[in-house]
Amino acid sequence: MLDLRLYMAQRISAMVMIPLVLGHIAVMIYAIQGGLSSAEILSRTQGSAFWFLFYGVFVVAVSVHAAIGLRVIVHEWLGLRGIALSLLTWTICLVLFVMGARAVMAVTLL
Amino acid sequence: MGSTDNMRLEVTVRRSDADGGYDQIFKVPAYAHQTVLDVVSWIQQYSDPTLTYRFACRVGMCGSCAMMVNGAPRWTCRTHVNKVLNGDRLHIAPLRNLPVVKDLVVDMDPFFDKWIAAEGLHHPTRTRHDPIVSIDPENPQRGEANAGIECINCSVCYAACDTVAGNSDYLGPAALLRAWTVFNDEKNAGKQDILDAVSGSSGCHNCHSMGSCSHFCPNALNPMTAIAGLKRETAKTIFRRRKDA
Repeated sequence: MLDLRLYMAQRISAMVMIPLVLGHIAVMIYAIQGGLSSAEILSRTQGSAFWFLFYGVFVVAVSVHAAIGLRVIVHEWLGLRGIALSLLTWTICLVLFVMGARAVMAVTLL
Repeated sequence: MGSTDNMRLEVTVRRSDADGGYDQIFKVPAYAHQTVLDVVSWIQQYSDPTLTYRFACRVGMCGSCAMMVNGAPRWTCRTHVNKVLNGDRLHIAPLRNLPVVKDLVVDMDPFFDKWIAAEGLHHPTRTRHDPIVSIDPENPQRGEANAGIECINCSVCYAACDTVAGNSDYLGPAALLRAWTVFNDEKNAGKQDILDAVSGSSGCHNCHSMGSCSHFCPNALNPMTAIAGLKRETAKTIFRRRKDA
């Protein structure tokens, strides 16, 4: 159910997320200190290659990490296996990626 | 052991039938020094001869008498009743995670099949005509092999493992401990075979490191650490293979 390939994908995506989570939380706390408005935040993020890459990589890592984690829970708790389990894993991964990518594009593209 | 003057223990035994089993209560004499296996034997000899259970050595070597005692897996021949009593009550059931044959006897085939599936076998480096390999006992890798070598195949860790309970294909702690032990043995040639065998979809990467195996192992072995070792070595092979490619 969880082979070496999936195990490594989940561990590596977790390692990628560690600095990104810390960066995200730090920015969230910092950004609201002076009462920044949405427009002011968007003026900083739109057109920024840095924030596009920061949250773009974050979304990819989250999609991979969460899909594998949920795959384990669904298999062990609900007994789903085989093709149905793989299909669910890929669906979760894809849904999270599409939702995240939409948000990243909305906030960082001009 | 025929005394009936002190029938203090209330022992509930899980019995099997066509409808999935039922609990049967027995009154059993309490003694200052008795093991759970003594209690089961008393029931079979003096109360109900149809009770089926399995044991052999009675001294903690053969690994055949493990059962669930008050919900936890134990080697019953070395488990003192007073240490596991719940008031005056004892609940004895067949080992978890294995199919029941009858009453307290489980089918150990899935357990041993997984030892083979994990390549927990000896892969010889030499023939009988070659001299014996000299082993340095101080070698750290030998230390890893020695740490797991006293496994008695009792299946207590397998019954304790919640990952096996949720994922019946998972190889389980005992098979993976054996694989790690053989992997670290200098006399073993099949290192990559072992790593491949434990890297599949039922392999060591399913372990959540909950540690029930190490907690309940009657010989105080540490399958969780062995599994962590296998995870480490298999992870290294990914990068090694990339480099070699």
